[in-house]
Amino acid sequence: MDFFHDLIFDYTVRTVSLGTILIGATSGVLGSFAVLRRQSLLGDAVSHCALPGVALAFLLTGRKDLMVLLTGAGLTGWLGAQLVTQIDKRTRIAYDGALGLVLAVFFGFGLVVLTFIQKMPNASQAGLDKFLFGQAATMLERDVITIAVLGAVAMILTGLFWKEWKLISFDPEYAQGLGWRVSMLDASLMSCLVLAVVLGLQSVGVVLMSAMIVAPAAAARQWTDRLAPMVAIAAAIGAISGLSGAWVSAETARMPTGPAIVLVAAAAVVLSLAFGSSRGLVWTWIRIRQRRSGVRVEQLLLAFFNLANQHEDPFEPRELALVKIVDMGRVERDDLLGLLEARGWLVRVGASHWALTETGIEIARSLEERRARIAREP
Amino acid sequence: MTPQLEIQLIAVVTAAACAIPGTFLVLRRMAMLTDAISHSILPGIVIAFFITHDLASPLLVVAAAVMGVITVWLVESIFQTGNLRQDAAIGLVFPALFSIGVILIAQHAGHVHLDLDAVLMGELAFAPFDRMIIAGTDVGPKSLWVMTAILLLNIAVITAFYKELTIAAFDQGLASLLGIRPTLIHYSFMALVSITVVGAFDAVGSILVIALFIAPPATAWLFTDRLAVMIGAGTGIGAAAAILGYQMAHALDASISGSMATVAGILFAVGFLIAPEYGVVAKWHRRREQMLRARIRMLVVHLLHHETKDLRDEERWVSTLHQHLTWDADVTRRTVYEARAAGLVQIDDGDLRLTDTGLEKARLAMTEF
Amino acid sequence: MTIGHPHVPSAETAIHIEDLTVAYQEQPVLWDIDLDVPPGILMAIVGPNGAGKTTLIRTLLGLIKPLAGHVYIFGRKIDEQRGLVGYVPQRSGLDWDFPVNVLDVVMMGSYGALGLIRRPGKAERLQALEALERVGMEAFAGRHIGRLSGGQQQRVLIARALVQDANVYLMDEPFQGVDAVTERAIVALLKDMRAAGKTVVVVHHDLQTVPEYFDQVALLNVRCIAAGPVATVFTEERLRATYGGRTAFIPGLGVSHSNE
Repeated sequence: MDFFHDLIFDYTVRTVSLGTILIGATSGVLGSFAVLRRQSLLGDAVSHCALPGVALAFLLTGRKDLMVLLTGAGLTGWLGAQLVTQIDKRTRIAYDGALGLVLAVFFGFGLVVLTFIQKMPNASQAGLDKFLFGQAATMLERDVITIAVLGAVAMILTGLFWKEWKLISFDPEYAQGLGWRVSMLDASLMSCLVLAVVLGLQSVGVVLMSAMIVAPAAAARQWTDRLAPMVAIAAAIGAISGLSGAWVSAETARMPTGPAIVLVAAAAVVLSLAFGSSRGLVWTWIRIRQRRSGVRVEQLLLAFFNLANQHEDPFEPRELALVKIVDMGRVERDDLLGLLEARGWLVRVGASHWALTETGIEIARSLEERRARIAREP
Repeated sequence: MTPQLEIQLIAVVTAAACAIPGTFLVLRRMAMLTDAISHSILPGIVIAFFITHDLASPLLVVAAAVMGVITVWLVESIFQTGNLRQDAAIGLVFPALFSIGVILIAQHAGHVHLDLDAVLMGELAFAPFDRMIIAGTDVGPKSLWVMTAILLLNIAVITAFYKELTIAAFDQGLASLLGIRPTLIHYSFMALVSITVVGAFDAVGSILVIALFIAPPATAWLFTDRLAVMIGAGTGIGAAAAILGYQMAHALDASISGSMATVAGILFAVGFLIAPEYGVVAKWHRRREQMLRARIRMLVVHLLHHETKDLRDEERWVSTLHQHLTWDADVTRRTVYEARAAGLVQIDDGDLRLTDTGLEKARLAMTEF
Repeated sequence: MTIGHPHVPSAETAIHIEDLTVAYQEQPVLWDIDLDVPPGILMAIVGPNGAGKTTLIRTLLGLIKPLAGHVYIFGRKIDEQRGLVGYVPQRSGLDWDFPVNVLDVVMMGSYGALGLIRRPGKAERLQALEALERVGMEAFAGRHIGRLSGGQQQRVLIARALVQDANVYLMDEPFQGVDAVTERAIVALLKDMRAAGKTVVVVHHDLQTVPEYFDQVALLNVRCIAAGPVATVFTEERLRATYGGRTAFIPGLGVSHSNE
């Protein structure tokens, strides 16, 4: 396909794709910890808090290269996260209130600085806008290198502090009991999360960033009950979402990259919720149906049995139309007839007649007995 | 009325309209739903726009209300599957819906100025230019009329259902018992929030909407325990943020919405620090007081049980108390002198001993446990 | 109550608590606690709700800073003795939906000895499996912790502490909500630990089983009403002083009480 050819040979496609893949993977990894620690919306807050940092970085340095802007974003993002924690801890305002307050105020302040910059004689806002809406399409190769390096730093830290982060997320008091400085470990995790968010802003922008933190992790959780596989799957889903989004955006006219990536990630969550190993909704539904159809099979068999008992010869083929079960549709009935035939309890005779077999009668009899016994029990 | 005045008036009315439902959202720990709804209504608005081709059509408000309810329902449904927590569900649903909206715009509405910038940031500066014409007469900026209507709607709904809302908010069990359907109230309330959000962000942009929903009520909560007062104070604080924010924007020649949000934040910061009972400084003082009083109590009890020969002079009693109670020298001295100021201990020639009052207090403390 | 100088804490006393006061706001949660726990015994801490039992455990661990007083573990402060103290927290405080299995949780007990960054290896895994065997849960090593019963969860938490190979174990209500079989198993394990010379301090909620399970008991209600061997300390009078309500203590048959 065109895209995969371009992936190798076309500078823009290659760059954008690489960038979104790396960002997706990093968000997936750090997002896993955020979601498990019930800090899902912290990604949203940090992404909004990053705006004034980007604007101020430009205002103070006059430079628009990625590292400068990312540093500014990281600093205000981190500051915002700290404020959220402080407000939550020290006042009666709950965590969600602190999140909303900090994100709106910081973002508003960011707008002030942005519009202030706009008035300056030779400043152009263009480069700063891309943090707002995530214009992945304008990524440059050196940007991707920056992303790769910083992303690698986050991953390495995750690897180094794996057991530490695992324990403080599961049982911080026990960790303290072991003598660990939990607040410092917390801060290291928070910093990496801020890093992941700030990197991600370029691909999906401020508003959509929360999805990149939440979706891969939420999807991954449906497939495994252990942390390492979850983080790995989240990274993979994040990366694939990034790539797919870039692909869809490249192949479709007037399709912005950020939203495309987010919708792929959201689809991954929906699929995972539906089909994820054993917890998946589809399997649950099927299990319910199976239990139900077990009862239905019995019902159908007993209906035949009752009919047979009203006549002298129990093996005489009955016309199907005479066998009635309340609210069983034709499709289900035919399905269940096939099931009974396969089990050897019924046999088809001619176009529309069915007869019980010996096995069928035996089974039906024992079913009846069991039901009678259950009915007698207090 | 001058444009400047009109802008501020619109902002004040908007602040009031947002503070009312905002108070309930903050108290019920659903503040982030504001963020969610303010973004997720986008596809509804876009679709309504495709139908009417009229940015001013009331269908947009209806569509927004519907989207708001859908958003809340989606979040609830995902949460009910038992496989995802509520905050994760929110963080997923609104970006997905917003993405759909953005894609719809990019695909179909490129030629119409449905400007994302305006959606996010809103430009109050232009509000005075969009007039409401009734029967050929200019009766003022349209936003003012819309927001006033929404404000009155909020007042009406909250007043009419005040009891039901508060009970449904704080005690769902009781609500069902009384025949109030909490779910119905919840969704109706969310519809109200959505209507308020869409009205407001046409005027001020989605970010200021979030700020106005959350910051003034949160600030008010730091000053009062009573719901009615909290709503009133929230409105006042929001109005103050609006007016002061405008002044700031004027001075800096910067974004009006952004400035108002910033000032709302500053007002919260002030409350955070200085609120008399729930502010951080007050709490810190209280805690120091409490610790001091607890230590004085410990001191007198300790003196009750220990021989005076260890307490002959300051150096000795400082070191003895340090050994027994692990208080360092500064803390010990401070506690002792405070106790003396309270008349509970006395120092004769350097000897530390209990006064009669102190003795009584010590005995009392012993019986308390 | 100490009269005279505080003595230098003996390195042989497992836990030495002196003048311990912990306050929350102005209210004392623990007031002037003096308690000595000799090594190699099983001690129960009992008292009404809000009496400070959990607070005491958490203070012993160094999780809470006291307003006054000292805590010594074998003659040293807790910060110097981390390796010697094992902790089994209340089950209810944990997220049992967290994506870890039984073995993962038990291996966390080895994290303290590993220090920062070092990964657990074969040796740690073996230790964890051994600990699981001691609590009878080795067959569940691969099971997700959310699919365990209350009793099984409790055993996993105990196994985690066992991995630490500590000298002193602090357990917070380990018998709460646990089935009878598990309860017997845990008691047997505690007695084994005591035989091995370990000191186990348990916040216990069931007065009836105190004489049967424990050597010593501390009666706590903000103050330490009494502490020492069960036979001498666990009397009706003392219980009444602790619980403040009417206590019917029938020797040999158990205790029932009602709080006011």
